[in-house]
Amino acid sequence: MEKKEDNQQEEEQVVNPWEVSGKDGGKIDYDKLIDKFGCQKLDQSFIDRVERLTSRPPHVFLRRGVFFAHRDFNEILDAYERGDKFYLYTGRGPSSEALHLGHLVPFMFTKYLQDAFKVPLVIQLTDDEKCMWKNLSVEESQRLARENAKDIIACGFDISRTFIFSDFDYVGGAFYKNMVKVAKCVTYNKAVGIFGFTGEDHIGKVSFPPVQAAPSFPSSFPHLFSGKDDLLCLIPCAIDQDPYFRMTRDVAPRIGYHKPALIEASFFPALQGETGKMSASDPNSAIYVTDSAKDINYKVNKHAYTGGQESMEKHRQYGANLEVDIPIKYLSFFLEDDAELEHIKKDYGAGRMLTGEVKKRLIEVLTELVERHRTARAAVTDETVDAFMAVRPLPNMFD
Amino acid sequence: MGYSKDQLLARLKELQIDFSQYEHPVVLNVEAQAKYVGNMGGALSKNLFLKDKKHRYYIVSALADTKVDMKVLSQRLGLGKGGLRMAPEEALGEILQVPLGCVTPFAVVNESASHVSLLLDKGLKTQECCFFHPLSNDMSISVNVQGLDKFLKSIGRDPSYIDLEANPLVGKDQPPDLAVLVPSGSTVLPDFPEKAPSLQDSTGNVSAGNNSASAKAVKPSVNVQNVKKKSVDGQRPSIPSADAGKFVEELLDRASALLLSEISEDSIKQHGGLLGAEVANNFRKCLTEDLKNLATIFKNTAYTEGFYAGTHYQTKRP
Repeated sequence: MEKKEDNQQEEEQVVNPWEVSGKDGGKIDYDKLIDKFGCQKLDQSFIDRVERLTSRPPHVFLRRGVFFAHRDFNEILDAYERGDKFYLYTGRGPSSEALHLGHLVPFMFTKYLQDAFKVPLVIQLTDDEKCMWKNLSVEESQRLARENAKDIIACGFDISRTFIFSDFDYVGGAFYKNMVKVAKCVTYNKAVGIFGFTGEDHIGKVSFPPVQAAPSFPSSFPHLFSGKDDLLCLIPCAIDQDPYFRMTRDVAPRIGYHKPALIEASFFPALQGETGKMSASDPNSAIYVTDSAKDINYKVNKHAYTGGQESMEKHRQYGANLEVDIPIKYLSFFLEDDAELEHIKKDYGAGRMLTGEVKKRLIEVLTELVERHRTARAAVTDETVDAFMAVRPLPNMFD
Repeated sequence: MGYSKDQLLARLKELQIDFSQYEHPVVLNVEAQAKYVGNMGGALSKNLFLKDKKHRYYIVSALADTKVDMKVLSQRLGLGKGGLRMAPEEALGEILQVPLGCVTPFAVVNESASHVSLLLDKGLKTQECCFFHPLSNDMSISVNVQGLDKFLKSIGRDPSYIDLEANPLVGKDQPPDLAVLVPSGSTVLPDFPEKAPSLQDSTGNVSAGNNSASAKAVKPSVNVQNVKKKSVDGQRPSIPSADAGKFVEELLDRASALLLSEISEDSIKQHGGLLGAEVANNFRKCLTEDLKNLATIFKNTAYTEGFYAGTHYQTKRP
């Protein structure tokens, strides 16, 4: 499943839910990706509109172009302006206990959307998917789902408007009815075309995509949205999930539902650089939410790939290569202050600021972020998870 | 006689367990060990040798950064709030047959330690490999968790990994979740005179009376410790309650800390009468995220309390 595309597409970049790699192992070309997938670029006018509608500064990920593509986001904003609400849908495949900052990016953005627009959110934990693709036992994948839920909750979601569910717990009833409706509209050949299934893949994999499609429809959640079949759905996700939702959007009108809208993010780079791969087995390829201040210090200092020159003299003369510098990239994700970031980029790019200073600032920012997350995580108990995952009404979800 | 380091290493090789070994001068605690193998790619472990009031012994083997709360652990084992203590020095030699500063999961290979319960931090599983002493503290070996499991299974031990940082409710209707790990052996060991507990500190390996170096390793961040402590100390076991008083205290702590750092001779000179406006501005800039975080935690905790009460009220009726 993982390496299927390689033979035919050695020349091209590969982006799908199970593999992401640039052309010839290089950087991802996002403009080409938008073209190929057929989604829209998120330009400044959108960001301004969001600021106007929500009366608060747009999230740092919008300002810095982390979330850079969309489908029908304008429809969502139009509806919102009319007074029609929408709900958010995002998810995680709980394949490991260790979450790193890259995993948190879509959740941090979703929290902002929830707060800014004051809308409800459903979070899907695809424990069944990981059980099938990573060959975990059912119990282990369920356990990981609950563990991951704690870190997700620690991102600060509002319990009075958030419903977290795991597939093994929730699939059935109205949700399953929608899964079947979706499944009936996608031929086996189509699924092979979108997801690359082969004769060797087991039927569990082939029947999984409708599971990820169903939460896009409000009727899948009768305890939340009963009577609100017209409610629109916005899905913040990383752009490699696009194939699932292209399929969903294709099917939706055929079964009488609205197409879900998407807002998509670029990939979070590994510590060793854009061309490096973040991998769960290499703890130095990413900053984990369980890392101590010492770990963060060590990882950034010893393992971050920088664009600084080899010697101080050369650096003062030529400046740093901002294109490949990881500390700058990470700062653009997590440093709130636009003015400060500009200043750092200018000085570093001109050689006035040294790599060590940039790294030091990054370590400060990351440590604060990770500490805040840990504080919140420490307060999440099994009872909290139970409450978030309970099938319960959310009476104030639009207030 | 106890297993020697060489015998252990030979056994690991026999079982085809991969490990790397690093010799170094004798170390007595994690801090010192880190000087020699801290950057070798494996995670450091801290190992505690504990005993309860009924002379049952436990080895807790965890990642150096994992927080081990003895009170919580004691409750989870069903020993009540203060049931666990650090085992006395003599027990190290008599039961584990290892020297001071050398507590290690490998010690259970000795017959004398057959009844010692081994509690393993599930955090160990997240690491590629971890460092332990191979029955001697002039060497550290790094193995991966599968290797450790293989070794333990080979001596008839079923490795149990637990979430040491979890703080589950233990009460009338919720039995202690780790009770099954309490040794059930009938061997009664003589009580060693408790003259040495002060030498052991909470970072684990018995340190030679030098507490300050190891105390550092216990507090990665004051803030995190505060919040965790506040929700555990002085309350009914394990439900962090949404305590308005504590919440406000936490908010005021952060606000005062920021205020104190903002008002100095320099800043007064710089801003004069306008210092108030400047500080107020900085408050918003620096504290908003932190305070929102705390408020969300408070809200979620309060909701959870209510939810728990709501879903359980019927069972409390006679």
